[in-house]
Amino acid sequence: MNHIAPGRNAGVYSYDDIDRRFVAERVEQFRAQVERRLSGELTEDEFKPLRLMNGLYLQLHAYMLRIAVPYGVLTARQLRKLAEIGRKYDKGYGHFTTRQNLQFNWIKLEDTPAILHELAEVDMHALQTSGNCVRNVTTDQFVGAARDEVVDGRVYAEILRQWTTLHPEFTFLPRKFKIAIMGSDADRAAIRVHDVGVFAKRNERGEVGFTFYVGGGLGRSPFIGKLIRDWVPEEDFVAYLEAILRVYNQYGRRDNIYKARIKILVHELGQEKFTQEVEEEFARLRGPKYRLAPEVVDEIRRRFGGPAYETLTDEPESFQAAKSANPDFARWVAVNVLAHKVPGYAAATISLKPAGGIPGDATSEQMELIADLADAHSFGELRVSHAQNLVLAHVRQDELFTLWTALEANGLGTPNAGLIGDIIACPGLDYCALANARSIPLAQAISARFADPARQQLIGELGIKISGCINACGHHHVGAIGILGVDKKGEEFYQITVGGDPTLTTAIGDILGPAVTADETVDAIEAIVEVYLSNRHDGERFIDTLKRVGHGPFKERVYAAH
Amino acid sequence: MPLIKDGRIVEDDWVAVADGEPVPADRPAVVTFERWQAERASFDGRNAALGVRVKSGTLAPAIAPDLDRFALVAIEFPKFRDGRGFSTARELRERYGYGGEIRAVGHVIPDQYRFLLRTGFTSAEAPENTNPESWAHALTEITVAFQPSLDDPQPLSLLRRRLGS
Repeated sequence: MNHIAPGRNAGVYSYDDIDRRFVAERVEQFRAQVERRLSGELTEDEFKPLRLMNGLYLQLHAYMLRIAVPYGVLTARQLRKLAEIGRKYDKGYGHFTTRQNLQFNWIKLEDTPAILHELAEVDMHALQTSGNCVRNVTTDQFVGAARDEVVDGRVYAEILRQWTTLHPEFTFLPRKFKIAIMGSDADRAAIRVHDVGVFAKRNERGEVGFTFYVGGGLGRSPFIGKLIRDWVPEEDFVAYLEAILRVYNQYGRRDNIYKARIKILVHELGQEKFTQEVEEEFARLRGPKYRLAPEVVDEIRRRFGGPAYETLTDEPESFQAAKSANPDFARWVAVNVLAHKVPGYAAATISLKPAGGIPGDATSEQMELIADLADAHSFGELRVSHAQNLVLAHVRQDELFTLWTALEANGLGTPNAGLIGDIIACPGLDYCALANARSIPLAQAISARFADPARQQLIGELGIKISGCINACGHHHVGAIGILGVDKKGEEFYQITVGGDPTLTTAIGDILGPAVTADETVDAIEAIVEVYLSNRHDGERFIDTLKRVGHGPFKERVYAAH
Repeated sequence: MPLIKDGRIVEDDWVAVADGEPVPADRPAVVTFERWQAERASFDGRNAALGVRVKSGTLAPAIAPDLDRFALVAIEFPKFRDGRGFSTARELRERYGYGGEIRAVGHVIPDQYRFLLRTGFTSAEAPENTNPESWAHALTEITVAFQPSLDDPQPLSLLRRRLGS
């Protein structure tokens, strides 16, 4: 057993000598691969998947390095390192992604081994953030903190991180492979639009098991994940995934990149046949070799440690007084703060979506400030959400006002988590070689139009998601309002969909009508919101009103001028 | 093409026989799986070792019934990114208990060598002009693994193990 220094940071998996040695070796391996590419020993075709498996993409203008934030959880120290790298090797900022990672968009190939080396100093890496392998596992940004949590998904996400790392059989899959895991009934990780979506739950005896959905995904052919097994016992967690991946690796299509995801295999084989293949493979694999022993799970759980919570009560007086005295603070609490499983604590979302801002971007200075706040108020731990915001998950309620004051003073107190200004957008044509249209300027224009926090709160829960092309990195299919950039004879147009839902009641949005220009899109969103507000019943969410009244009134209003 | 075994270039005892060419009776020979299927009776009574070369789309269950006839299975990688062969080799070993040589042929690169060994391959055909040092180095550069596999001397737990070189 390796000695593990007691973590100063709560709730972050602590590396030991073996973990560190592995990451260090991987850095050296990549350094050698870069050298072999530069010497011509590796062709560009051969080098490409190797660099992708180290998170390095070639974009429109430069290399992009995508750094892994395993299941979105990181320490203040790690965030400071990211800030430093942003300043030293990029343009002083980074971009948090919908898969809870961080991207630097202006990286030089020759700097990457040095950057990876610096990351390794804080137990970070860029492994498997790209390429046709199992990618960074994502989960609930409130994992380990949410009051409604049944199973702490971090433990199983970390098990997956380890098990998928340089998997000898599944590193050259037909296509990328994304797994998401949730440990509560609420779905905050878009489980059913992942290649594999897992719900961790407990039976009557309190034992942990998993429900598996397979074959969900967005992109040019969106599919909702299908339930293939309701209960996989904890000890078979790895064996069952091994079975799914083996079926996919053997039978997934390799003749057409657009048909290579597991969703197409599940669709073409049919849910029943696919499930049967997996079950047969699972029956063969199940056994001592792949058994996830309780001791292994306990050991990994131990490595997370736990925040040393104090015994407190909910809604302390000073917190209530601060809310009464300061309506802006009260609004931020109502919108951005979630109940914590421990009384007296709360999980606070730091919105990276200021009105007119670039969704998910943070400057090095902001990262450093947030790292300091994490140290001061959340046990030095923070999370990246799939909505591209940051979360301080364990804040004492009586410290929320101090936290908010510091955030507000630095432009980070935007009260719009889950509201219309909390837009998810892909990098779009500003960065991406695949894009048809820009996403960021449109997100900026929409959030500027709806800048008024009171108006946003009045509108309520309404997710806008923007993708600059059909690959759907901005998840437009599952946006309550989705926007897809299309190219019409060299001009940027946007197609609007409504009624998408990323939660367990997953729905793909319907196209409202013909694509419109960027300016018209902003007006169209406003029109949709007005129709919603004038039709909604008390407490009704946008998607519920839409279901009740149908597309008619929305379509009529949006295209009235055409 | 140079043959890699145990991290270095070795002499190849096997002769690869193209379809339509005569199969030498007195030395180890590899024929295509298609030829084996079409002419299997012609190999009855053969004394020298026989190997079979399978395309990446031919999976383990298809060759399993005849495995006891083959001293070598050569699994084709049409391009190195086509990873089906890793599953095929692993199934040959774990599901069908195959104990003969499993060879990677076609396009594989040193960066895959460790994966090949861990999924049950014993040898690999390297591209012409390959750098032998890169293959040797591939055995030592990573010393930690996180999954059970065939090349697996020191399991620390289900999830962690040290790799020998």
